[in-house]
Amino acid sequence: MDNIITVEGVSKSFAKHTALDNVSLAVPRGCVYGLLGPNGAGKTTLIRAINHITAPDSGIIYFNDHRLTAADTANIGYLPEERGLYKKMKVGDQALFFAQLKGLGKAEATQQLKSWFERLEITDWWDKKVEELSKGMAQKVQFIVTVLHRPQLLIFDEPFSGFDPINANVLKREILKLREEGATVIFSTHNMASVEELCDEITLINRSHNILTGSVRDLRRRFSDNSYEFTFTGERAALHAALEATALSVDDIADDRQGMQRAMVRLREADALPHAIAAVNGAVRLEGFHALLPSMDDIFIKTVEASNLKTPVEQ
Amino acid sequence: MKSPLALIIRREYFERVMRKSFIISTLLTPILMIGLMLTPALVAMLSGPEDKVVAVIDQTPQKIGKQLENDGDLKFQITDSELPAAMDNEDFDAVLLLGNDLVSHPDNVKLYSHEAASMQTESAIRNQLENIIENERLKSYDIENLAQIMKEVKVDVSLETFRISEGDASETSSIVSYLVGMITSLMLYMFIMIYGQMVMTSIIEEKNNRVLEIVVSSVSPNALMMGKIIGIGLVAITQILIWGLLLTACSYWLMPLMAGAAEGFELGVLGSPWYIAELFGYIMLFLVGGYLFYSSIYAAVGSAVDNIQDASQLVSIATVPIILAMVIGMAVVQDPSSTLAMWTSIIPFTSPVVMMARIPFGIPAWQIVVSVAVLYASFFALVWLSAKIYRVGIFMYGKKPSIAELIRWARYK
Repeated sequence: MDNIITVEGVSKSFAKHTALDNVSLAVPRGCVYGLLGPNGAGKTTLIRAINHITAPDSGIIYFNDHRLTAADTANIGYLPEERGLYKKMKVGDQALFFAQLKGLGKAEATQQLKSWFERLEITDWWDKKVEELSKGMAQKVQFIVTVLHRPQLLIFDEPFSGFDPINANVLKREILKLREEGATVIFSTHNMASVEELCDEITLINRSHNILTGSVRDLRRRFSDNSYEFTFTGERAALHAALEATALSVDDIADDRQGMQRAMVRLREADALPHAIAAVNGAVRLEGFHALLPSMDDIFIKTVEASNLKTPVEQ
Repeated sequence: MKSPLALIIRREYFERVMRKSFIISTLLTPILMIGLMLTPALVAMLSGPEDKVVAVIDQTPQKIGKQLENDGDLKFQITDSELPAAMDNEDFDAVLLLGNDLVSHPDNVKLYSHEAASMQTESAIRNQLENIIENERLKSYDIENLAQIMKEVKVDVSLETFRISEGDASETSSIVSYLVGMITSLMLYMFIMIYGQMVMTSIIEEKNNRVLEIVVSSVSPNALMMGKIIGIGLVAITQILIWGLLLTACSYWLMPLMAGAAEGFELGVLGSPWYIAELFGYIMLFLVGGYLFYSSIYAAVGSAVDNIQDASQLVSIATVPIILAMVIGMAVVQDPSSTLAMWTSIIPFTSPVVMMARIPFGIPAWQIVVSVAVLYASFFALVWLSAKIYRVGIFMYGKKPSIAELIRWARYK
C-alpha cells in the first residue's frame, strides 16, 4: 500500500516516563487517519515526532518512503492542540508570516490567504490585531495558517475543541474537502462521534503502546457482538419463541414506529443470522433488520480497559 | 523566498522597532539627557546679559576705585553721591564703600547690596581689590622698573596630564576618563540587563500563549531561539546607534557651547567626534558580545519556566553576575589597572561591563583582544548549551525545574 507516513518502532522517553514504547503504524495516502487514546497516552509526542519537532530516541519515521527530514515540514500542516497566535500582530501579517515560514512566496501567500479569508468569510479581520479576536475566531485563522501551503499531510490535534457547533461543522466540511483534494489527514481527538464520521483508519494508543490499528469499518465489524435490530409486525411473544435457539438475548424496544414493533437481538454467533431470519419469518412478519455496530466509544473504552488490565501501570 | 531564520529575525525586529513606546523612548531619552546637561548652560546664558552695576564710593587717596575693572556682567561706576543717596538710587545694584585707609587696613571696605550678593560677585571684587592693594603696597617701596619686574614674575600654571603608553603620549584627563568609564559601563549593564530580559519574557510569552508549537512545526527550535536573540539584539543596536549618532552630533555642535557656559570645565577628548565614534565602536563590540552571552542564559531560563514569577529564582544565574559586574565596574574606575580589574575584564560574565569601565583610561591592546575573544567564544559554547535546554524546555509545562533538571535536559537526544 502507498503510505505517506510509516512509523517503525519509535520510542521516546523523558526523565521519569516513557512517552512512546516501540510504536509502529502506517498512514495510507489520501485517508483521514484517527490517532486516538486517553490523555497522556503519548499521542502528542508521536505527533511531534512526525512533525520533526522532537527526535525519537530510537526507531525511524518515513515520509513518502524516505526518512523524515526537516525539509519535509514544508509538506506538513500542523494544528497543535495547544495553539495560539502572536497577540500584538495583525491577523493578515501574522498569517503571511506563518505562510512564509512554510516556504511560500509573499505574493503567492497573500493571494492564497485572501481566497481562504473569503472562503471562511473573515475578510474584514485582515487588519485586526489578534488580541481583538475571540477564541473561535482565532482558531479559524489558525486553521487557515495550517492548510494554506497546501501540504500533502495535515495533522490536527483536537481540532474541534473551542469551536461552537456551527464552526465545528465548517471545519469538518473543510477537512473532508481537503481530503478530496488529495491531502492526507491525521487527526487526534477524544470525540468518538467525529471519528466515526470522519476517519477511515485509526490507531489507538494507550500507555505509550499502539494497542489497536485498523480501518473504522473493519474494527466496528470485528468488535460487533452480533447484535441486530429487527422491525416487525406481529406478536412479541412469537418473536421471542422463534429466536430461542439462535439468540443470546432478545430485548424489546419500547416505542413503536408507525405501528411496527422493534427488538434488539443478540445472536449466539455471526453465522446464525440466516437461521434466525428463517425462524422469525415464520413467526411474525419481518419488516426489516439491520446490524447494530458498536460505536467507536465502546471500542475505545473496551480496548483501553482490557489493555490496562493486561499491563498494570508501570512505574 | 526567505530563510526561516531571516523571517524570525525580521518579525522580532519590526514588532519591537515599530512600537510607539520604542520610538518615543529612543528619541526622547537623548533629548532628555541633553536637556539635563544643557539646562545649567542655558540658565547661565539667559541670566547672563543682566549687568550688575556696582556704585563705588572711593574715599582712598590712591583712587583705588578707578583701578577696578569691569568683569563680565559686573560693572563698576564711580559715584560722588553720599552712601544713603547711592543706596536709594535704583540704577545701582550694589554700593561699594572703600574706606580712606584701605591700603593699610584692607578690612575697611563694605559692600551694600539690595539683594544678597552672589559668591561670584564677592570673590570677583575681593580678588581685584587684593591685587590692587598689593600693587599699591609694592609701589610704596619705590622699586625701580616695578611694572617690568611684575610682568616678568607673573606666572600662570595650567596642568596638562599625559598617559604613558607605547608609541604615543595622548592627552587625557583622568576625570573625563572616570566619567566616561562609569557612564559607558553603566550603560552596558543596563542594555544587557534590559535586552537580555526582553529575550526571556518574549520566550515565556510565546510559551504562554501557545504560539510556540505552531512556530516550531515550521522552523527548528534552534532557529527560533537564534532568530529571537538576533532580532532583539538588532533592536538594541538600532537604539544605541541612534543615540550614538545623536550624541556624536551633539559633541560636535553642543559641547563647545556647554564648555563655554560651564567655566573651568576642561572638555578635553569629549570635544572630538572621533573620540566619541571610537568609544562607540568599543561599546558596540562589548555590548553585542555581552548581550549575546547573557541573552543565551536568559533564553534557556525563559524556555524552562511558565511565567515570570517562576523565573525569578532561576534568572539569578544571569542577574547575580551582571550586577556583580556593575559593582566591580564602579570600583574599577578608581583603579583601572588593578589585578581584579584585569581578571574581571577577561572573565565573560563580568568582562563587557568591567572592560567598558577601563577602556577610557587606555589599557593594553592585548587585553582588549583577549577579552573580546573569550567573550565571543564563550557565547558560542553557551548558546549551544542553551539551545539544547530550550528545545526541551519549551514543551515543559507545570513544575518549575531546578538547575539540575536543566542540565539533564541538555543531555537529551
